[in-house]
Amino acid sequence: MSWRGYAHKFGDDINTDYIISGKHKFKTLDMNELAKHVMEDIDPNFYQKIKPGDFIVAGKNFGCGSSREQAPRALLAAGIRGVLALSFARIFFRNAINCGLLVLECNTSPIQNGDEMEIDLLVGKIYDHTQGVQIEARPLPQVMIDILQEGGLVNYFKKYGSFRGV
Amino acid sequence: MGKTMSEKIFERKVNHAVQPGDLVIAPIDCAMGQDGTTPLAIKSFLDMNAQSVFDHHKIFFVIDHNAPSPMESVSRLHDEMRSFAQKFGISLFDVGQGVCHELMVAKGLVVPGDLVVGADSHTCTYGALGAFATGIGSTELAVAMISGKLWFKVPETIRINLHGTLQEGVFAKDVILFIASQLKADGANYKAIEFHGPVIDRLEMDERFTISNMAVEMGAKAGLMVPDDKTFSWVKKRSKRDFESVFPDPNARYCEVVDLDCSFLTPQVALPHRVDTVKSVEELDEIPIQEAFIGTCTNGRIRDLEVATRILSGRKVHPHVRLIVAPASREIFLHALQMGWVEEIVQAGGVFVTPGCGPCVGTHQGIPGDGWNVISTANRNFKGRMGNASAFIYLASPATVAASAIEGKITDPRKYLR
Repeated sequence: MSWRGYAHKFGDDINTDYIISGKHKFKTLDMNELAKHVMEDIDPNFYQKIKPGDFIVAGKNFGCGSSREQAPRALLAAGIRGVLALSFARIFFRNAINCGLLVLECNTSPIQNGDEMEIDLLVGKIYDHTQGVQIEARPLPQVMIDILQEGGLVNYFKKYGSFRGV
Repeated sequence: MGKTMSEKIFERKVNHAVQPGDLVIAPIDCAMGQDGTTPLAIKSFLDMNAQSVFDHHKIFFVIDHNAPSPMESVSRLHDEMRSFAQKFGISLFDVGQGVCHELMVAKGLVVPGDLVVGADSHTCTYGALGAFATGIGSTELAVAMISGKLWFKVPETIRINLHGTLQEGVFAKDVILFIASQLKADGANYKAIEFHGPVIDRLEMDERFTISNMAVEMGAKAGLMVPDDKTFSWVKKRSKRDFESVFPDPNARYCEVVDLDCSFLTPQVALPHRVDTVKSVEELDEIPIQEAFIGTCTNGRIRDLEVATRILSGRKVHPHVRLIVAPASREIFLHALQMGWVEEIVQAGGVFVTPGCGPCVGTHQGIPGDGWNVISTANRNFKGRMGNASAFIYLASPATVAASAIEGKITDPRKYLR
């Protein structure tokens, strides 16, 4: 499985309130509506900048704070295919996998805003075609790869009825 | 090799030895969801074509984050929770009963040794009872409701030893803000924390919950404390469940041991927009405030309202300040009424809102204006957290917030407590 898209670079400690703020997420389960507001408190025009299939590239502790699953779901609905970060907060990391949003831990410092990226999930490789560099991602546990391959926990659980291979 | 509390709890749940890093599928003792996360969990439950819940006695819903509803779309989501709860026989705590994390511990729903999941990051609060309690997302709540099990990675544990004696005017909130400033916002990512030492031993349960509550602000998966007589007396008053406490082995293996002397600690303030950027109150320049908030799952409990009343009693809130108070539960509100604290705070110029999350999450009941400085007893001060990205949120203890409300600027509370 491999995906191509452009990088949108953010800093450290991007919390889930920034990804989708409480004032929006409580109102509705319509992710297309929430998508319009992703990152708006730190980058008001972010939604307009996204092309479907793009990636967020961030520093450490991406997704810290609240457990809101609306954060990865709204990013997906906004067209973001995945997030590459130096590290993730754990609840966001699990939620992202469970929603089918790619999340990979890797050294993101060589990647610049706007770079053309290619992600190969199964071999855990990230290619920055603009910089001409290849970056190793930290391997995911098999259960997370299986959930991602089913497109998220809803499909996975419907298919298997329990967790396998743990 | 000895085991930490977290390792022992997982071992008991899965009936075999575990090491940090192991992935296990463990049965949970209970699952909780609130109104910001449960409607999405119900959607996932229906998307999975589920027909039943594993045990309706072990699932709890709370309407606290956006309660009472400020708009019709929210009312519809609340009604979905009510219908689902009724259909499956799930206990639901409705508008005004309080904040989920206060209800889970005050109603005796969590006991020492439990493995608890909650669709709210501050589920780690129950670690103060010696339970392993951690936050999850909505779809995992749906899976937990259906199967009663989830997969977990057994975490490594950081041991934090809190030495010394707290000075007058220094509280559990000051301790945990100080810890956050030392460990930083990602300092405990993927790990559990065990809080130990004489400072913890002397704290009452109300104050211990404040500390475990904020373990997640350092990324921790759980924030545990060793159960003692105070824990047992709290639980026995509230729960009929049998329980078997776990205690860490003396030779348990910790990935990190942090020793902090709290004797010299002064009132602490977290500056906008990070929980881990913390200064001592006397280091701050004059910071005028326009809103002060006392409440939340961190600091809306009896001892919090008691100390705020001690400071506010017979005084007046500064005319430029809106002081908002949200008791963490109906029982706490009733206690404050009986003690006369509500009257004293209202006479001082404070405003009481419904027991629940109040303005903490930016949905209602005190959204700050542009450029306002807010001092709050909550656990997060992210930009936009309270509903306005051009406001500035400072975090402090209830005493510091009450003293600041009187003076209209961030104020050291110690002069009001001598």
